[in-house]
Amino acid sequence: MTADARPPSAAQTVGLGAVGLALFVGIWLALTLSGIVPRQFLPTPIDVLTRTFELLAHPFAGATLPVHVLSSFERYAYGFLLAAAIGVPLGLLMGRFSWLNDIVTPVFDGLRFIAPIAWVPFAALWFGTGIGGPIMIIFSGAFPPCLINAYRGARFVDRNYIEAAQMLGTRNMRTILEVLLPASFPSIIAGLRVGAGIGWQSLVGAELIVASAGVGYMMVQGQSNISTPTVVAGMIAIGIVGLLIDVLLRRLETHVRRRRGLA
Amino acid sequence: MRPSRRFFVGITTIAALFAVWAVLTMVTGTVSTGRFPSPLQFWESARQVLTVGYADATLFAHALHSLKLVVMGFLVAIAAGIPLGLLMGWSRRAEAFVNPVFLLIRPIPPLAWIPLAILWLGLGDAAKIMVIFFAAFVPSVINTFTGVRMIEPHIIEAARMLGTGRRRMVREVLVPAASPMIFTGLRLSLQASWTTLVAAELVGALAGLGRVLNVAQQDIYPAMVMVGMAAVGVLGWATTRLLAMIEARAMPWLPARA
Repeated sequence: MTADARPPSAAQTVGLGAVGLALFVGIWLALTLSGIVPRQFLPTPIDVLTRTFELLAHPFAGATLPVHVLSSFERYAYGFLLAAAIGVPLGLLMGRFSWLNDIVTPVFDGLRFIAPIAWVPFAALWFGTGIGGPIMIIFSGAFPPCLINAYRGARFVDRNYIEAAQMLGTRNMRTILEVLLPASFPSIIAGLRVGAGIGWQSLVGAELIVASAGVGYMMVQGQSNISTPTVVAGMIAIGIVGLLIDVLLRRLETHVRRRRGLA
Repeated sequence: MRPSRRFFVGITTIAALFAVWAVLTMVTGTVSTGRFPSPLQFWESARQVLTVGYADATLFAHALHSLKLVVMGFLVAIAAGIPLGLLMGWSRRAEAFVNPVFLLIRPIPPLAWIPLAILWLGLGDAAKIMVIFFAAFVPSVINTFTGVRMIEPHIIEAARMLGTGRRRMVREVLVPAASPMIFTGLRLSLQASWTTLVAAELVGALAGLGRVLNVAQQDIYPAMVMVGMAAVGVLGWATTRLLAMIEARAMPWLPARA
């Protein structure tokens, strides 16, 4: 329910949005070009664009921007896949066997309030700052949603399906693979999407603190060289990759839900 | 289903884990204490930081410093986020106006603001408050917005028909009706605040729990790392509980949530 007597037309929506954007860019330009804010601290939008294109070809902090992005993404993919590969099966098993749930839940609850980023010192100590440490941070960020959603999905599967399968003599393993997994699939996908987002966040944090390559590392180097355009270019690259991951998984989620007649 | 059994299994699991931890680190030495501290080392480090202090202050001072920053950043963020969410939810024109800019900024993870915040504001408290603001702002806007849009039209129509003024409409209809979603947003905001603060303090800080973690990491002092993590966990838990209590007070008509 909104206050508008009539919702704005499509043209009005686009127009208002354009005005909003123009105002945003306008204030940015006015602040920087007028010299109220030194360009060293807030680069103009043009500076940022030029710097971004420069970084595409010229290396900074050991690599060009695309190479940094790729090296970040590689770590991210390992960490996220590991979280999904452990979290989803464990969640399903917890949904099937309540004794396992009783064992895991207190441990999980105890660790839940520790921010994934707080694992950074241990990650660096145990797995180094190359690829292992960041993977562990990504894992600790992406794991909880994968686990929780798989568990919830499995827990709320219609009892009749499970009972029917059991009555037909289906073994536990097959019940999980052929009844629980498909029935909780929409919930699992939703969990993967949330986990993917948190994992990407955690990657950025890990790279700011411990890594020796990647976009986050490039940004820290930019920060210590007081190269604000590099920092902002890094933020944009991170935003774009994060957005792409989210859009892709959202598509997948809609697709799955539609096939189940849920959307 | 029976809480008594669940409680029993939970206690047993924690006790068993603790025993395994103690045996592996202190008796058999399978896990090197250079990498993972023993319970005794943990206890001694906790005592050290509580009484003597570590990284220039006692645990209490570090914790208080972090807590202060989280509370300040969180309050500033929700003081701006909830009204913006209400406005965007109430008027589609306001939504159309703000949305493109919001969509532009939203994909940038709050942690990615840390280098910029340090460039702008240095390693002090202001930079931390800025990144916490970015972290806590987005969830509070989105959830407030969704909360307002989910209000049933006839409630607002009824209020309007009775001639409710704009101010009363916001205070007595919109906010109460949207408050379950608003509180969901606050919970997410609070979590994001802690994550961002710890990250920002790890990148560089003069005091706070993140600094304890950072110094302990550089000193290769695993027991102190663990104490720092435990402190982060306890504070995160305590502030979440506090928010849940406020939530229960604010909405007595709803059944309590865990």
